[in-house]
Amino acid sequence: MVDTRTDKEIIIKTDNVSIFYGAFQAVRNVFLDIPKNNVVAFIGPSGCGKSTLLRCYNRLNDLIPTAKVQGQITYSGTNLYDPRIDPVEVRRRIGMVFQQPNPFPKSIYDNVAFGLKIAGFKGNIDERVEQSLRKAALWEEVKDKLQQSGLSLSGGQQQRLCIARTIAVEPEVILMDEPCSALDPISTVQIENLIHELKEKFTIVIVTHNMQQAARVSDKTAFFNAGAEDGGSRFGYLVEYDDTRNIFGSPKQEKTQEYISGRFG
Amino acid sequence: MTPLSPQANLLGSEFAIAPNRKLFGKVMTGMVFACVAISLIPLASILFMVIANGIAGFSPAVFTDLPPAAGMQGGGLRNAIVGTFITCLIGGIISVPFGVLTAIYTIEFSQGNWIFHFVRFCTNVLSGVPSIIAGLFAYGIVVLMTGSFSAVAGGVALSVLMLPTIVRTAEEGLKSVPKTTRMAAVGIGATNFQSVTQIVLPSAMPFIATGVTLAIARAAGETAPLLFTALFNQYDVQGVWQPTATLSVLIYNFAISPYKNQQQLAWVAALIILVIILGISIVARVISRRKVY
Amino acid sequence: MKTPRQNSTETLLEASTQFNPVRAIDQNFRRVTFGLAIGIGLILVWITYSLLVIALPAIQTFGLGFLVDSTWDPVKNIYGALPHVYGTVLSSFLALLFAVPLGVGVAIFLTENFLAPKILQPIAFTVELLAAIPSVVYGLWGLFVFLPTIKPLFQGLNHSFGWIPFFSTEPGGRQLLGASLVLAIMILPTIIAISRDTLTSLPPKLRQGAYGLGATRWETIVLVLLPAALSGIVGSIMLALGRALGETMAMAMLIGNANQANISWLAPASTLSSLIANQFGEASGLQKSSLFYEALILMVLTLVVNILAQALVSRFQQVE
Repeated sequence: MVDTRTDKEIIIKTDNVSIFYGAFQAVRNVFLDIPKNNVVAFIGPSGCGKSTLLRCYNRLNDLIPTAKVQGQITYSGTNLYDPRIDPVEVRRRIGMVFQQPNPFPKSIYDNVAFGLKIAGFKGNIDERVEQSLRKAALWEEVKDKLQQSGLSLSGGQQQRLCIARTIAVEPEVILMDEPCSALDPISTVQIENLIHELKEKFTIVIVTHNMQQAARVSDKTAFFNAGAEDGGSRFGYLVEYDDTRNIFGSPKQEKTQEYISGRFG
Repeated sequence: MTPLSPQANLLGSEFAIAPNRKLFGKVMTGMVFACVAISLIPLASILFMVIANGIAGFSPAVFTDLPPAAGMQGGGLRNAIVGTFITCLIGGIISVPFGVLTAIYTIEFSQGNWIFHFVRFCTNVLSGVPSIIAGLFAYGIVVLMTGSFSAVAGGVALSVLMLPTIVRTAEEGLKSVPKTTRMAAVGIGATNFQSVTQIVLPSAMPFIATGVTLAIARAAGETAPLLFTALFNQYDVQGVWQPTATLSVLIYNFAISPYKNQQQLAWVAALIILVIILGISIVARVISRRKVY
Repeated sequence: MKTPRQNSTETLLEASTQFNPVRAIDQNFRRVTFGLAIGIGLILVWITYSLLVIALPAIQTFGLGFLVDSTWDPVKNIYGALPHVYGTVLSSFLALLFAVPLGVGVAIFLTENFLAPKILQPIAFTVELLAAIPSVVYGLWGLFVFLPTIKPLFQGLNHSFGWIPFFSTEPGGRQLLGASLVLAIMILPTIIAISRDTLTSLPPKLRQGAYGLGATRWETIVLVLLPAALSGIVGSIMLALGRALGETMAMAMLIGNANQANISWLAPASTLSSLIANQFGEASGLQKSSLFYEALILMVLTLVVNILAQALVSRFQQVE
């Protein structure tokens, strides 16, 4: 595994991480560094643990009582799983956009303002809401109906609203868990364009089933695969992590080659 | 397996439904219809009698006058209507926060641990506690302590009876809010408190409101828990620490009194209670339609 | 409170470890809800304890003999619960005798598509209404409508079957059998609701299998569905029994409040709860304490029945 951009500042360092659900090992021994202001894509067949790993980056796995993380994840030099760390503070710095658009059953305005209010934002909320909706390429469509319910929007609009909601609190990292899998092709293109613009300011980690999407949006790609032990229990592991053009142009691992050429997965 | 010959007449074949099997079915069907009829007759009779007798005794004075003393004519239910409202309100003030916060623990925080099952068990047991026991409990902890029968004592007794309904419906309501919504709130850095109070609870509100109204409807008709707590009062309520008249206790007192006028008022009070309960149930149904999810 | 970006020099560790009112509220909120969840259990203990405290003098005076003593004499200050336990158990038993077949019948009617759903829904709603009517209104109706109407029938029973001990007394205005019938109507909705839920939650393959073998509708119901739903139905009966045992107002108004255990169902009787409702107002001292003793017996009875019912109903739901 060669990192061609060692000059880049690393924002999240994944150091020999294994994730367990009870006795079941979901992810095994992952080493993976995420450089600042890059888009990193996680690809691989389902059950390979890519979403599981993503959720560890903002400690959403804490919500699952049996989940346990081994190894070390450091964010800007701080161990995320240090017992002194408050997961709420982690999530304010590392936001998450989910697979299914999940706006709150509140107005469009309140959806975006919610994060600001809970973070104790003291500035001009109206202004920040507008900024965030503009950045999420949604402002023009909703500026006349900010008081309507967020649930009244189309699927693609809802997902952009969720992105606006996430960027409003200005996290450093945005995690996206298959953000386009529930959307139509046109909305998908809009979100992908958005990701391109967002990387100016944010670091983005995106999980996707769609290899073309990974190729289009990401700077670096990590390919995960599901392995099986002799006993038959499955676990996910990292096969290859490199610049996206290398992964898709000249993968070093045979498994990666097979996957991106569509021979399995 | 031999195929059936084309000529085989189904009725004549050995596989046909024998007459006694058919008869058995007819008898049973008849019995089931009879069950329904027998069950509905009392209901029809109760509704009819309450409405007929209630309307016969009805006059505007019902809302403006105090209950008549034994043997007197006329009179109304003014203080009892107010008293029912007050005792139910006190019951709600105690049980709603208690029940909703308990449900928040079991659904949002317990993650299915032993307390989740413990609360489930206790609410089920509590809902089976006879209402008169709730009354004796409130007598023991409020009336004996304060030295007086009171609306508060009545409210405490009612709150014990309302609690299980409220916990259960609040749990249902919280469960109706999708996990993804909680994830969304927590995912952008909300604390559990912020997520629950600002996102989950408002979304679950129609459910919870339904539960609360149904619990209040049930409480409005309760009599046994009020007999030794709110007691009764011939006059207007002077305060929540005084004995308080309620419609349900008034029905009991007047039904077993020998005076026609008081019996008549008992029917009127029954009509008012039924209207309140039905009205609240309908309101509850309307609220529950306004579900967010 | 600062947002991360307003003070970017603040590290994650600093933000996590320094005092933060939002975090403090969150932790205390969790503690409060936890306390109240535990509080539900404490209420049950508290109820039992508060009954016990007041009942203590009577328990010390009469011991367990209270249960089998049929004296109730405020003058001599001797009390026993036998007639009331007898009345409670017998009236509940009689109520179940009528309500179980009726309730299961209605539940079958509501689940097995005898009529179009358009007609079934109002009937189901009407049955729910039965549950919403307060007990004191049942009492009022029983007193002025039902008992006078049914009295000739009871007189007939007495004249024709007076040689059976159960019908051996001339029926008065209020008696055990009439009260039990009203009680049966009151517990009907409980039996119907849970039996119905149980029947609808049976896997469709049971029905399909039976019909596929050529069973008629009723053979399917009697031989396949009812046995499969048995534990749920029994659970509903137990819950109804719990309700019947504790029912107060209708019983206090209809059962006649006689402090005696009579073999005849047509004689007035009393139950634990009706006795408490009737005598509490005038009672004091040992008599009041004895009433709380009776309440304690009632509490234990209903607790046992309800816990058994829960076990049955929840076992069924797990099988689902």
